[in-house]
Amino acid sequence: MADIAARNPAGHPTQQRSSLHKLMQRKSTIAFLMALPLILLITILVAYPAGYAVYLATLNKGMTRFVGFGNFEFLFGRDTFWLVVYQSCLFAITAVIFKAIIGFVVAHFVHNIPAKGQRKWRGMLLVPWVIPPAMSTLAWLWLFDPSYSALNWVLEGVGLSGIPWTGEAGWARFSVILVNVWIGSPFFMIMYLAALKSVPEQLYEAASIDGATWWQRIWYVTLPMMRNIIAITALFSLIVTFANFDIVRVLTAGGPLNSTHIFGTWAFRVGIEGGDIPLGAAVSLFMVPILAVAATFILRDITKRGSEV
Amino acid sequence: MANASIAGEAPGRPKYGSMSRDRTWALRWSYFFLVLFAIFFLMPPIYMLITSLKTSAEISAATNPWWISNPTLQNYIDLLSQNHFLVFFRNSAIVSICVVILTMMISVIAAFALARMKFWGSATLATGVFLTYLIPETLLFIPLFKMFSWVNEVFGIQLMNHWWTMIILYPTLTVPFATWIMIGYFASIPKELDEAALIDGATWMQTLTKIFIPVALPGIIAATIFTFTVAWAQFLYPLAFTTSTSELVLPVGIITTLIKGDVFNWGQIMTGALLGAAPPLIIYAFLMDYYIAGLTAGATKG
Repeated sequence: MADIAARNPAGHPTQQRSSLHKLMQRKSTIAFLMALPLILLITILVAYPAGYAVYLATLNKGMTRFVGFGNFEFLFGRDTFWLVVYQSCLFAITAVIFKAIIGFVVAHFVHNIPAKGQRKWRGMLLVPWVIPPAMSTLAWLWLFDPSYSALNWVLEGVGLSGIPWTGEAGWARFSVILVNVWIGSPFFMIMYLAALKSVPEQLYEAASIDGATWWQRIWYVTLPMMRNIIAITALFSLIVTFANFDIVRVLTAGGPLNSTHIFGTWAFRVGIEGGDIPLGAAVSLFMVPILAVAATFILRDITKRGSEV
Repeated sequence: MANASIAGEAPGRPKYGSMSRDRTWALRWSYFFLVLFAIFFLMPPIYMLITSLKTSAEISAATNPWWISNPTLQNYIDLLSQNHFLVFFRNSAIVSICVVILTMMISVIAAFALARMKFWGSATLATGVFLTYLIPETLLFIPLFKMFSWVNEVFGIQLMNHWWTMIILYPTLTVPFATWIMIGYFASIPKELDEAALIDGATWMQTLTKIFIPVALPGIIAATIFTFTVAWAQFLYPLAFTTSTSELVLPVGIITTLIKGDVFNWGQIMTGALLGAAPPLIIYAFLMDYYIAGLTAGATKG
């Protein structure tokens, strides 16, 4: 609006300025009112609880007394806590790496086939992402069942021995990562496929005229062109995977012997089921540093992308 | 098809014979690996379906788990005649639909204000929306739990253990990302369009309903689908805040009522899981292109 008014030199300048001023005032008021429900929602149900969590974490179990860093000191002294830290990092980092690799590979295969069939394949491969995670994890739980595992039946059919999928610490860690990769890699596939389509075909033609092998084409053309989208997708996924709850809760509920607990599930165990709300809040706050670092990088990338456009 | 078209090109350009042969092989390998990945990605839902069609006796028999010898719909009949399950389904449906309506109303209007009608602090607020979208529910459920008991003490409103509490809670997850997607879509609409409307004397609300909503309809459909999917699938909040059987939503209901102690009635669990996965899957099957467009536009959580 302001642009139009400014570009139109005709008319009485003083009168125009005052009416423009009034209009601007009105416009910003209307805009603020339109955004008000959003602001209230964010303030009351997101920002306030997030700050309140910090306060809660400094109280004793009965929430009657201020104990400062007491809860944190208590956590640092517990082996289970360090197990959860280790498992959260292992879970999130391994899962994101595998999701990115599988997503990248599958996106290439889909990109390779004729355009007509791509829609069908893409639609089929995105199914894990659409099913509610709690429901698909139930299917995995049944596939991993100790006595009737359909996966072990296949393994034994080809002469291998059955695997204690959720029964033994190492395999249980593998299983929760496997299920997470299964749910998350279709998302990477879709993002990378969209990015692959935006790489100009001429670059590949130029590369093959120069005699580049398929590996060199990926390394020197595809990866540099997709760097931004790879980074954003991976950071996003890192946040969500790190804060995961559904998969671990349904598949192992943290067991065996707390070996698969991550921050979200352990906070639930301690805070809600164990009734120690301040300690649970303290546990969940340990997610903040990693979330903050990832969020900073994402914001930087997005503003960079915004300024390029 | 593709093989034929490549073979058809080859005689015209014999020089590239080896290259097209490479292409053919690359294509065959692509299909081979795509089939492998499709098996991996579709195995759990297919196994859900297989198990749901079996009798309990067949499930516990030591036969091929991937084959159904006596297909039966008994699990579906049993589950759908159970009152519990229908209550879960109703709770989930009402919650999801209310959340979708609420979310779209809040976020479309707010996104319009943030994308087009700049006001003091609007840029900061847009960044704030994005940051809220990155805050996971695992960080918020404990303070919310305490806040609810505080609300009960002060106002006498019991928010705990009611399915309708989810209608208040889910928008914290859906509104930030729906707003973020809509800001993106609205920002891509040419400025001339709303300037023309304003010159013609349209109010801001008319500009939004007569121009922005119709033009950004694909974005609105995508955001609606996502909101529905997220609301339907949410697991942590109902698990933390509801306990009575009559107040549960579908995902939590299936997990807490069908798994009793160590007794797993897998036929019914898989039937329930499949029915619980059905609404988002059906919507996805019909509106796949909107879904994918929204996914790549909004960089949704993964």
